[in-house]
This record gives sequence, C-alpha cells and structure tokens, in this order.
Amino acid sequence: MRAFISSVYLFLYAPIALVVLFSFNAGRSASEFTGFSTAWYGKALGNTFLVSALQNSLMIAFTSATLAAVFGTMAALGMERLAPRNRAIFDALFAAAIVVPGVVIGIATLVALVAVFSFVNPALSAIWPGDQPPQLGLGYGSIIAAHGLFSMALVTMIVKARIASLGRDIVEASSDLYATPLTTFRLIVLPQILPSILAGFLLAFTFSFDDFIIAFFVAGSKTTLPIYVFASIRRGVTPEINAIATLVLVASLLLILTARILMREKKTKSGE
Amino acid sequence: MPLIPLPRPSPRSYGEKGQAASSPLPIAPVGQGNRTGAASPLRPASGEKVAGRPDEGRKFEIDFNGFILMPAATNTKRNLVTAALVAPAAAWLMIFLVLPFIAMLVFAFGERAPEGGYQAAFTFAQFARLPTRAAAFWNTMVLAPVGALLCLLVAYPVAYYLAVKADPRYRLILVSLVVVPFWTSLLVRTYAWMYILGSRGIPNLLSMIGFEDVRLLNTPGAVLLGIVYGYLPLMIMPIYVSLEKLDRRLLEASADLGARPVSTFFGVTLPLSLPGVMTGVALVTILLLGEYLIPQLLGGGKVFFIGNALVDLFLQSRNWPFGSAIAVTLVAVVVVILMVAMRIAFRVAGTRQVDLV
Repeated sequence: MRAFISSVYLFLYAPIALVVLFSFNAGRSASEFTGFSTAWYGKALGNTFLVSALQNSLMIAFTSATLAAVFGTMAALGMERLAPRNRAIFDALFAAAIVVPGVVIGIATLVALVAVFSFVNPALSAIWPGDQPPQLGLGYGSIIAAHGLFSMALVTMIVKARIASLGRDIVEASSDLYATPLTTFRLIVLPQILPSILAGFLLAFTFSFDDFIIAFFVAGSKTTLPIYVFASIRRGVTPEINAIATLVLVASLLLILTARILMREKKTKSGE
Repeated sequence: MPLIPLPRPSPRSYGEKGQAASSPLPIAPVGQGNRTGAASPLRPASGEKVAGRPDEGRKFEIDFNGFILMPAATNTKRNLVTAALVAPAAAWLMIFLVLPFIAMLVFAFGERAPEGGYQAAFTFAQFARLPTRAAAFWNTMVLAPVGALLCLLVAYPVAYYLAVKADPRYRLILVSLVVVPFWTSLLVRTYAWMYILGSRGIPNLLSMIGFEDVRLLNTPGAVLLGIVYGYLPLMIMPIYVSLEKLDRRLLEASADLGARPVSTFFGVTLPLSLPGVMTGVALVTILLLGEYLIPQLLGGGKVFFIGNALVDLFLQSRNWPFGSAIAVTLVAVVVVILMVAMRIAFRVAGTRQVDLV
C-alpha cells in the first residue's frame, strides 16, 4: 500500500520536477543535462511578445478575480436571504457555470457576443455624431466576462460555505446591543468571512491566469500567457518554454498555497 | 471548500450544517439552545415588540436565514437590500451564461453563411450532419469514461490511505500535495508529458539501450496517461471527503460481528464511499467530454475529441451553426450524465459538498 501511494505522489510530481530541472539546462536536450544555466530565463524574459502576454494575463486575472470576489461575496450574502425557490435557481446557475466544460462556455460566449455586436455596432455607427464610431469587439472585456462567470461561482461557493459554518449567536448579540445592520456586517460578519473571500479571490486569479480554452475562443486578437505558451509548444519543445512553464508553476503554487493557508485558518478557528 | 453544489435531499437550515450529526453527545451542549429559535429571557422572540430600542413599537424581525440582520426593517426594505446584493451576480449569470446558451441553441438551428459564420434559418440540417463527426464522438465517448475509470482505480487507494491509514499529523500536508497540482496550469502539466514522451524523452533513452523508433506521443495511450495525470486530484478529493466522514464505529461493529477486513471493505466502506466515487467519476467524465488540450498535445492530430472538433469548426473552418449543434449535443450528454450520477449518489446517501481546496 505504502509503495503504491509513494509512487502515485512520484507520478504527480516527477514530470513537473523534470520540466523545472531542464529549464536550467545549458543545452537544448530534453534527456541529457549538460550543465546548469539560467540563460533560458534571460531569453524568455527578453521576449517582448511573452512579456506583453504575461501583462495581459495578469491584468485579466486581477480584474476578473476582483469583480468575482466583490459580486460573488455579495451574492453569497444575498442568497442567504432569498426564498428557497429563488436560492435553488441561483444554486443551479452557479453549478452550471462550474460544471459546464470550458470549451462550451467559450463557444457560447463567442457566439452570443458576436451576435450582440452584429446588432450593436451598426446601431452605434448610425447614431454616432462623429466620423469614427466606437466598435465593440472581442478582447480583454470578453475574456474578463467569461472568466468572471466561473470565478464568481467559485467565490460564491466558498463564501457561502463559510457563512453556513458560522454561528449566528454573535450576530444576534450584536443586534441586541443596538448595532445597525451595517455595523454588524462591518465589525462581526466581514472579519469572519474575509479569509474565505481572499481565498476565493486567489483561486479565481489562479483559474484565470491558467485558463487556456475559454480565452482561446473569446480573446479575439489579444494574447494571454497560456495562449502564447500553447502557440510556442506547437512550434516545438524548447528549454525556453520550460523556463516560462517554471515561472507559471511558481506563480500558481504561491497563489494556491496562500489560498489553502487562508482556508485552513478558517477551519481551525471554527473548530472543524 | 465546496465546489460542486448538489441539491440536498432534504432542506435543512444552512446555519446548522452537520452540527447535530457531528456532536457525540445525545443532548445539545450548553449554549446551543439559543440558536434553535426558542425565546430566551435575554432576547425577544420574532414578532415581539421591544421596549427601549431604536425600533421600539415596530415589529422586530429575527432573521434566521439571513446573515445581515435587519431589525425593525420592513419587508420591502429587506427585499430591496437582498435584491441589490444578488443583482450583479444575477445580471452576470443572465448575460454571460443564460443568454450565450440561448444564442448557441439558436445558432444550432441556423445555416452557415457563405463566408463563414451564421445565417438565420430554422433547420435540423446541422443535427443531421452530426454523424460526419462520429470519430470525434466515438473517441470522446470511449476515452473519457475509460480515462475516468483509470483515474478511479488509482485514486481510490490514495483516498483510502489519506482518509483511513495516514498519520493524522501528516494528513493535511499529504492532502495539500494532492490538491496543489489541480490548481496549477493543465497546459504546463500536459506539456511535461509531451516533453517526457516526445522523441527526445523516453524514446531517446530507450534507443540508447537498443529499442529504436519507439513512438509514445500521439497514441491513445499517451492521451489516457495525460488524462489520469491531469484529473487524478479531482477524482481523489470527493472520494477522500466521503471516506473521511465515514463513522469508524461501523467498521469496528463489522469486525466485532466477525467480518474479515475484506468483507468489511466491500460490505461497509465501499458502499458508504459510493457517493464520493459517483461524484468523482461524474465530474471527471464531464470535464473530459469537453477536453481539448490533452488530446491536442498528447494525441497530435490522431486522437481527437469533441473539443478538438469544436475548435476546428469555430476557429478554422468557421462553421458556427454545425459547431453549435455539436456543442448543444455535448451539453445534452453532460446533463444526462449529471442526472444519472446524482440519482445514484442520492439513492446511496445525501452528499452535498466536495472539498477541493
């Protein structure tokens, strides 16, 4: 049993370790380590296409995760107060946002946005007083919207679970002591749910930063880091991709570990 | 962290989740009495008028469902606040989930415009053409369930070890080590296998010891390997959660009644972990049905899934109505699998949440 478990952990981590190891390879070989070098990192970071793709990804991940954290938390608080039937509708829609495969979300968003643009853009041209009417198109906005959908569902689930695990006594006590609802929220509820909101934000950020398939459909002419890496892989495997992959791995690792620590703190505090 | 919300079989108060079940005492511990809603000397019951408070003379409302208490608020005001809280998410869900699905459904009954894209029509022609993509459907419908079952075979012993056998001191770390890969880029993790199975990886090593021209990449085996690698964490977590909740006293009872460990496992442990198994298999299968990256990178052009057909139809040949018809069919399959899985899971026991983080 122990041998099997160890080999599964090896199976999970050895391929990643190999990618990291060969990102430091001096030569181009994937099977022979010819010397330690950080040259490939220098090459990757000197690549302007890569750096701009990285900037796009960071901006999209930050915006969609922030929107998701705010709106998702609001939804989690609001859903507690909804009638059971309405709450079930929200639950079903959020579940759909998470369970429907990314490729379908990407296609559906693409199709809908293009259909909407085909109505809106001529209308904009007709009513615009100037010579160059603004034209809507795919780009950062559509990626943020599509990522925000999944992320919002994610944040809502996490924050809702946190709210469900809280005792109500302290909130009632606060209200008994004449705190206004807003004060109760600010002083009692918010501090208790804040770690889960942050964890949700970080997971949403990680999701958006790593997502390839949804962005692939709705990015239009814009490039995110996963789209750039995917295109490079198709041109051939090089240690430069290993270097980029290692940077992506380190970023995701930091984010997910922080999220886990935040959520663990929540668990020990509530005595679960 | 709950990720997969499944309807609970019986409506319970959200706030009291698991409290009674996890308490070893038959009587509620001191201090929990107040929460049941019975009037206490310190707090007025719902509807009672309270003297001396800002809301004196008005109806005092204790909101057991809501979290932000709105004492003395009229229902209208409370409803307005609730509506304001859920409005942004509701709008987002309508515009970027419901509307796109309607649009996709409309497109699926349309025609391809001569220059690509969509032309309004009402025809079943796109659905009639589905058999022309039978190979993609066949690959997906075979490799996705097979991949999910392979995942299950590897995942169950790991989940069992983590929940039952592992030293509690290291359990958290071991569980974290399983979860972390799930949240790191699937693209990078799949790339790692491209790298290992590619001509400069294992085949290169094999040629050194005399096995020339071994091809591993772009085979169904490589795709299955990538699937197990990519989705193993997602399979382990729900099974781990259901095994962790298992009441150890049942296992002791089974042993006391003379059952051998094997009989206990197949008679008690396995049936009680079935909801987790069902959740894991359903989740992994559903996500695999829409998989694109793994068959694209590890299967080359040879082992393609529905996801690959969809990318081709939307981004290369620009036949949007046909692509929409395939996507609608895919969603229908997903819904059927989900319903069957939930049916089975609820027949065995009510599970609601799956911990993924």
